[in-house]
Amino acid sequence: MTIRACLGLMILLLFSSTISTALFEDQVGLADWHQKYIGKVKHAIFHTQKTGRKRVVVSTEENVVASLDLRTGDIFWRHVLGEIDRIDQVDITLGKYVVTLSSGGSILRAWNLPDGQMIWESILQVSAPSKSLLHVPANMNVGKDNLILVFGGSSIHALSSTDGQIVWRKELSTNSLEIQQVFQPHDSDIIYALGFIGSSEFVAYYVNYKTGEVLQQSKASFKSGFCGEASLASDDVIVALDASRTYLVSISFRNGVINFQQIYIPDLIPEFFGKATLLPSKYNGILAVDIASSIVLLRVKGVNELEIIEKIIHPSAISDSLPLSKEQQAFAILQHDESRIHFKVKFDTDLTSEVLKETIQMDGQRGNVEKVFINNYIRTDRTHGFRVLVVMEDHSLLLVQQGEIVWSREDGLASIVDSTTSELPVEKEGVSVAEVEHSLFEWLKGHFLKLKGTLMLASPDEVAAIQAIRLKSFEKNKMTRDHNGFRKLIIVLTRAGKVLALHTGDGRIVWSVLLPVLRKSETCGNPFALNVYQWQVPHHHAMHENPSVLVVGRCGHNFDAPGIFSIVDAYTGKVHNSLVLEHSVRHIMPLPLTDSTEQHLHIVIDNNLHAHLYPKTSDSVKIFLDEMPNIYWYSVEVGKNIIKGYSLEIKGELDMAENVFQPKELWSIVFPSKSETIALTATRKMNEIVHTQAKIIADQDVMYKYISKNILFVATVAPKASGEIGSATPEEAWLYAYLIDTVSGRILHRVAHQGAQGPIHAVVSENWVVYHYFNLRAHRHEMSVIEIYDQSREDNKDVWKLVLGKHNLTTPISSYSKPDVTVKSQSYFFTHSVKSMAVTATAKGITSKQLLIGTIGDQVLALDKRFLDPRRSVNPTQSEKEEGIIPLTDSLPVVPQSYVTHALQVEGLRGIVTTPAKLESTTLVFSYGVDLFFTRIAPSRTYDSLTEDFSYALLLLTIVALVAALLVTWALSEKKELREKWR
Amino acid sequence: MAHAKRSSAALFNPSPPLLLLLPLLLFSHLLPRALAADLGSGDGYTIAGRVKLDGATSKESGLPAKLTNIKVILNGGQSISFARADGYFSFHNVPAGTHLIEVAALGYFFSPVRVDISARNPGKIQAALTENRRVLYELILEPLREEQYYEKREPFSIMSLMKSPMGLMMGFMLLVMFVMPKLMENIDPEEMRRAQEDMRAQGVPSLSSLLPRSN
Repeated sequence: MTIRACLGLMILLLFSSTISTALFEDQVGLADWHQKYIGKVKHAIFHTQKTGRKRVVVSTEENVVASLDLRTGDIFWRHVLGEIDRIDQVDITLGKYVVTLSSGGSILRAWNLPDGQMIWESILQVSAPSKSLLHVPANMNVGKDNLILVFGGSSIHALSSTDGQIVWRKELSTNSLEIQQVFQPHDSDIIYALGFIGSSEFVAYYVNYKTGEVLQQSKASFKSGFCGEASLASDDVIVALDASRTYLVSISFRNGVINFQQIYIPDLIPEFFGKATLLPSKYNGILAVDIASSIVLLRVKGVNELEIIEKIIHPSAISDSLPLSKEQQAFAILQHDESRIHFKVKFDTDLTSEVLKETIQMDGQRGNVEKVFINNYIRTDRTHGFRVLVVMEDHSLLLVQQGEIVWSREDGLASIVDSTTSELPVEKEGVSVAEVEHSLFEWLKGHFLKLKGTLMLASPDEVAAIQAIRLKSFEKNKMTRDHNGFRKLIIVLTRAGKVLALHTGDGRIVWSVLLPVLRKSETCGNPFALNVYQWQVPHHHAMHENPSVLVVGRCGHNFDAPGIFSIVDAYTGKVHNSLVLEHSVRHIMPLPLTDSTEQHLHIVIDNNLHAHLYPKTSDSVKIFLDEMPNIYWYSVEVGKNIIKGYSLEIKGELDMAENVFQPKELWSIVFPSKSETIALTATRKMNEIVHTQAKIIADQDVMYKYISKNILFVATVAPKASGEIGSATPEEAWLYAYLIDTVSGRILHRVAHQGAQGPIHAVVSENWVVYHYFNLRAHRHEMSVIEIYDQSREDNKDVWKLVLGKHNLTTPISSYSKPDVTVKSQSYFFTHSVKSMAVTATAKGITSKQLLIGTIGDQVLALDKRFLDPRRSVNPTQSEKEEGIIPLTDSLPVVPQSYVTHALQVEGLRGIVTTPAKLESTTLVFSYGVDLFFTRIAPSRTYDSLTEDFSYALLLLTIVALVAALLVTWALSEKKELREKWR
Repeated sequence: MAHAKRSSAALFNPSPPLLLLLPLLLFSHLLPRALAADLGSGDGYTIAGRVKLDGATSKESGLPAKLTNIKVILNGGQSISFARADGYFSFHNVPAGTHLIEVAALGYFFSPVRVDISARNPGKIQAALTENRRVLYELILEPLREEQYYEKREPFSIMSLMKSPMGLMMGFMLLVMFVMPKLMENIDPEEMRRAQEDMRAQGVPSLSSLLPRSN
């Protein structure tokens, strides 16, 4: 009896000491990694004057303002501004504040340079958002209150740099004034503001810097009009381009007298054709004109005299000027020469010779130089040294100094468009014995250290060593497939058209390739990256081949622009094949079919709704034709409020070379546009695996999930409430949720939420949909769940029917059979706004699911699906409790320990992608935005493997102790027996 | 709720000199109207408020928590504002209606705030926390709680070692070693001998014979 009691106690203790799913602080970085980016740099301001940390302040196209360490490129601080709050300009004032002008010149903010704290914020009354200019006077006498001037929306605002107070404001013109250039001659209180009114009038203002009084104003119109670009050549001459971009117009405005002089560009530059662009630069008497083939530097000798100084053949880039002294300015020229870049610095006083000439070796996958920012430093011999910050075509940022790349940042990763994963190669046979012995020894040593750690016997040094061992685990960074399927390649496509492969172990870039077809060219002026798909995943037929991915793009932003295909090797990044398609790409459907070389079949729907089959081989056509009657697709026309379902048909003879199929409309659902507009559609993931259709509920009862790959979730909102929160009242807002079968077009379920509006986020998985929206009545966010069950299989529970063979378990499920479904749903409040939503996916679909919710605070929260179970009730019965039903609460819990991003933020979160690992309990989670974050999570804990924390050493120790005890007791009993025998 | 124009002019102008600001601050705290809706010259109102992390200290350094990276978000991302060093923030050109303000600050849990700007009664605004429906008389946002993102590691204790499977094994073994003989002692020597004889008769003791028989 005692033994049984002991056993019971032991089991009880075992179960009570379960491990929590949350992370311990020292586990950070074991399975996860986080990378911080800023995006493609638009402006850069150096801050190197004072001793101490040298910084560069940048603003980017991802709407980030950041301060970077000039030595290493690390981020000191950064802020991601709101989406509609675009940064126009950035500058530094008083040597301690970073000033950003945003929202079309209407918001001016100052940030503390050392730590990024916002100091002040000023709202400027701008009549219409327009091109705006920020002018921070260069003379930095700290004693004097420096004014910051903002030109924009035909007015000037002067603000105090210390507190952002508006000192004066001047309305210049009610017409569409656009100030082009602002300058302040040295040691004067007069500001010159030059610009255009409309497209044909030039205007010059002389404004008192201190009071805002307009001292003088002169206007003149130019009959052929301006294109809106102008470059200041000297204190009294500005050069503009005319509307046709073939004439340079030099405008002199000395003493308020305006004179125009036209210069026909081909007269000056014989090889010129097409259209010219003026590069915005402020050089003394020098002009930079970008013509198609090169950049031409011109010297402005007089009002009508221009002289060519130098032609810099493209690809090249030129920096703004950097004032070194009152008379001297320097600027940098970067010019490509195959894989090298020539870096030259010139003074404007002596243009024929170069102050500095260096050659840099450049990685070919970075493309051309797009922008250059120059900065100087004083060498020990008191001469000027120069460094440049270079923005490349792939959005990466480099610092070049003394002929070398000091640091580089892969900032293209801040604008990921799409991602997929690829398996790593299988490990080769044949591992040397020495290696095994070595690793065994290391392994034991590591575990011994860990044991010391758990027993709290380790010294601080040893604790550090333990942490280092855990983080630098050799295992997790190997370039081969592992048993658990944790090691994979994440293949991402960035907006710049670069494809990068990241290792899931530590997030390092394994390879990267800037796709040539996605670069600007003559045939394709505005390429646009769209998606990345798995193209070939070899596993048995073509084992010797590497897997490959398909990158899809489009030539331009219109739907009718021709499509771009590129097939890239997933292991090496080699481009196998790329082509510009003859048709457009509107929609791509990866089919669950592969051809004999294991290439996945893809259907591309073009803008005329014709379907094109890829790969274009006769083999794939044959496979496809067999399956064609089973292929259905649908299109959602958001603007027209229509969803249409189609199948494919062959009209006339199939052209084997073209493989074009025609659509056949099967059904359409038209939403009444007066009361509903389509806000969102969502479907199940194509590759999702469901373990079982049956769901055992309390009392050994069974419910059958309605599992169909063809469920489409559609949410429509009232047209009045389709805007932001706060734009509609509860009475005029409603939301309809539909479940539609995309084969038959049948509406399986429809539910109305009165007083609800978007933004809506939804996930569809198995037989359920979870969607997030805003409830205007309660003024809180809400999440609803709809679960759909198959009633037609209910009868199978009758044992007699099973015995007599009258069950319908073998009848195939078809969308055309009359669905007999029941629906359960429930709604709960949720605290946060949501940016993105996803659901975990596991290899076999056995593990329970968690929702991954990207909150407005850029964190990713894991929420157990059990909280979104429509069968939750206030008082669950005993059997329901055993089943794991949680008592009903009105809101969903936000437990801080269940943030998968723990104490990190994925700034600018845009997407969450889940991939199953080979280990059933585990899901890999990759979330991206401006930052990247990767981790793996186990929604039901790692029930199928020992945790990282498992102490092998303790196990060994116990065994040893057990054996020792066994020996001792054996010896003791022997002795005792001997004594017995002697007695 | 009174018209807030006056107090807003005093309180929420971007930055009056500090000396001026302080008495005004004190004064306005006496009046329950730090909520500000100011009909600016633009096409909307101004919502101004303050994020307060009073007494809260950051866990690592023990220093008072800084407001460097606190975002205040209007209507789920429609516009984003940042808190200044003193915690003040403002939204401009907000139309009349019911709005939602959220605070994103790592390490703290803030309740979203419902803000009603009355269209009929310009300048009148109301605010309430959506989590617990508490009405705010001033738009001072304080965290409901601090958030601990990591599980606390229990310090080493005998109990935790005992609870681990290995500890249980050891404990069980010790139990058998020391308690079983005691149990054996309590058995009547006569019975003991009989049992031993039984055992000998059976030969090698099997596991089943060790288990108590339920007869």
